[in-house]
Amino acid sequence: MSQAETTGIKRNRQALAERFRAFIDPEYVISDDETLKPYECDGLSVYCEMPMLVVLPETVEQVQKVLQICHAEGVPVVARGAGTGLCAGAMPHPEGVVLSLAKFNRILEIDPLARAARVQPGVRNLAISEAANAHGLYYGPDPSSQIACTIGGNVAENSGGVHCLKYGLTVHNLLGVELLTVEGERLSIGSEGLDNCGADLLALLTGSEGLLGIVTEIRVKLLPTPEVAQVVMAGFDSVQTAGDAVGSIIAEGIIPGGLEMMDSHAIVAAEAYAKAGYPVDAQALLLCEVDGTEEEVHEHIDAVEALFRRLGATSVRTSHSEEERARLWKGRKSAFPAVGRISPDYYCMDGTIPRSQLAHVLTEMDRMSQAYGLRVANVFHAGDGNLHPLILFDANRPGELERTEEFGAKILELCVEVGGCITGEHGVGVEKIRQMPKQFNEQELAQFHRIKAVFDPDATLNPGKGVPTLRQCQEYRSLDMNIEPNAGAAAQHNGRCSHE
Amino acid sequence: MSDISSQLQEQILTAAAEKQPLQIVGGGTKAFMGRQIEPGQEILSLAGHSGIVSYHPVELVLTARAGTPLIELEAALNEHNQMLSFEPPVFGETATLGGTLACNLSGPGRPWWGSVRDQVLGIKMINGLGEHLRFGGQVMKNVAGYDVSRLQAGALGTLGVLTEVSLKVLPKPSDSRTLVFEAGADEALSIMNRRAAEPKPLSGACWLDGKLYLRLSGAHSAVASTAGYWGGKPLEYAEDFWQQLRDQQLPFFNAASEQPLWRFSVNPTARIPRLDGRWLIDWGGAQRWYLGQEGQGPADKAEMERLAAAAGGQVSLFRGGDRSAEVMHSQPEAMQRLQQRLKQAFDPDGLFNRGRLYSWM
Repeated sequence: MSQAETTGIKRNRQALAERFRAFIDPEYVISDDETLKPYECDGLSVYCEMPMLVVLPETVEQVQKVLQICHAEGVPVVARGAGTGLCAGAMPHPEGVVLSLAKFNRILEIDPLARAARVQPGVRNLAISEAANAHGLYYGPDPSSQIACTIGGNVAENSGGVHCLKYGLTVHNLLGVELLTVEGERLSIGSEGLDNCGADLLALLTGSEGLLGIVTEIRVKLLPTPEVAQVVMAGFDSVQTAGDAVGSIIAEGIIPGGLEMMDSHAIVAAEAYAKAGYPVDAQALLLCEVDGTEEEVHEHIDAVEALFRRLGATSVRTSHSEEERARLWKGRKSAFPAVGRISPDYYCMDGTIPRSQLAHVLTEMDRMSQAYGLRVANVFHAGDGNLHPLILFDANRPGELERTEEFGAKILELCVEVGGCITGEHGVGVEKIRQMPKQFNEQELAQFHRIKAVFDPDATLNPGKGVPTLRQCQEYRSLDMNIEPNAGAAAQHNGRCSHE
Repeated sequence: MSDISSQLQEQILTAAAEKQPLQIVGGGTKAFMGRQIEPGQEILSLAGHSGIVSYHPVELVLTARAGTPLIELEAALNEHNQMLSFEPPVFGETATLGGTLACNLSGPGRPWWGSVRDQVLGIKMINGLGEHLRFGGQVMKNVAGYDVSRLQAGALGTLGVLTEVSLKVLPKPSDSRTLVFEAGADEALSIMNRRAAEPKPLSGACWLDGKLYLRLSGAHSAVASTAGYWGGKPLEYAEDFWQQLRDQQLPFFNAASEQPLWRFSVNPTARIPRLDGRWLIDWGGAQRWYLGQEGQGPADKAEMERLAAAAGGQVSLFRGGDRSAEVMHSQPEAMQRLQQRLKQAFDPDGLFNRGRLYSWM
């Protein structure tokens, strides 16, 4: 960016900040570089950008005014929750406003009889379950960031977790949202009933990554807390056998609450970190959690244990107390930080595949891992086919991050080739925008753009995220063919940080 | 049992060139739904576009062409002891998968096992430009791009022609039984909601003619112990009861030929309004069917909408009544504009099912 442009933004910044300070507590309109700094990225810190301004409004009317002003001035708006997202979906726009919904942190109502809660978007995911717990209820989706991530962010990304096979994603656990359009107009989508007349706009908005509107209130479903949950851990001497075991559980008619797989790298790292008692010599580890009534859980746990033994598990262990269950899960839940300990940096991918392709995908990944000279550990939501390869790298080595990203991109392309998709629960954001043309053709992308234009014709809501422009697609293609793009600049990764 | 998508595409392109509106028809069993077809629409028949494309029981995923009859899907799933967990109403042998998604129809298990919209993983569709597009996929989780697949649920084909649908399917529960209790509507609603908040294998809750029906499904031991603890009288031929409820074959629905049938989708705990006429409560209180009093004129739609809104939801005129007027719950002006623009984004010339959902669409 040129000197003149930077000066221009700074001038706009102060003028705009003054307009916001007229109706928002001045403390919550951030315009100095030092205080803006923490907002430069979300959970994927390799992408960052300093925003022009950050605002933290406290009422819907304030959000409405912010949107009206930004719309009139053509200023980009990037909504932000807790900033735990993993696809740079909340990465700021250099000439835009970050609209933080952090002050919208109230649970407005819990209706235990209707099993629903009305919450503001800045409420933390786990806080909903904690508040519902007194009524024997909880909120289903549990992304691993659930202590910190907000429900508004969950709606934007259609977040999942480890219980999706049985309890669904965010989209399955919502009843309605209050939405502000880019013009600041209020819309109610959904209701207190289970469905509504006409096309399902609630589904369209869920996972739309802040590109279609700003959610200011959310009605979620609550589920009865299962009486019992028990987990069976089993070690296997091959990934293939473990994969077959997953299929056999399903074939038995059992839908586990959670069904997770780890490969040997992940097992070793997790065990060193969490001391969960994992078999470190196993090639694959399965954690199968069954929940429900006491009788049902006993019946199914017996069946799962027997099945694992029959299929040649090298070790089988079942939790017999809540402490033991927590310990067995601790290894899996801390797999990311555990991998972080055995490598200076790691990059988490999020592809999905049909489960039957698991062995093939892991073999291919192994081959690529050798070719790129980068280790990869795999954590897999085996029940729903969501694969999280963790590529280990060292950002301080020149070129290694670029190699990692290329490796990651190849993994996602492989996922698409075998019938899967480029993201199961983290979203596209900036990170995977280059892979979108691998999953969708130009007509499909054009249809996405027409949907976007219905809600946001000037494209000021979270610009540059989610769906690549057709021009970007052409540039990606020429890059793929190793042809120098004419424009040049667009070939760079927008917003990549150097982290020197 | 064949793929006629290129023929469909051709017919749509021709229609687009001639600005000829099209009426999408699958098995024709849901012709009574939505608004009366405006004259001058040419039929676009999906009946020939049928057949299961792939079914992987172990993956819990089935993909079929939109014109595939539901009974064919059920037969294929049955062989592997699996089911369409949203229990789609079968209004006739020819009822299709595509029509079920377009109308967003789900049966009694819906609050617990999800709706057709919930179980859709991906679709192929032809838009008004004649483009054959694929959205979503054949995997449980997919958050790339907007969720165009689930958007189709309830659109009544106004956004495009569904040609293929991928669904999540589920194992059949190993055991099921139904308990019957004597209860008035208010008491039944209270019991249904309290029972639904318990971590028990409830899979159906319906009230009709002073009787509350609770269905339990799951592992044999869990069903047996819950039944013992909840009490009630066991229902014989329970499977028939739930199927007749699903397919609107119970005597309650037969009366619908004389009185219009209203469908309320509301907060499951909302009280039943004091109205002359008959109610059937399904979905644990979240779906309610209302038939006006015999011999009286049809209920006023604005009044029905006021009652539905007070109960936190919406109402539609499901069967019968004046179908040249609006039959779906009114939309505020801002929502109307949004939905019209969305229609244009998919179908710029307004080819598909013109006026079927709302007169203004």
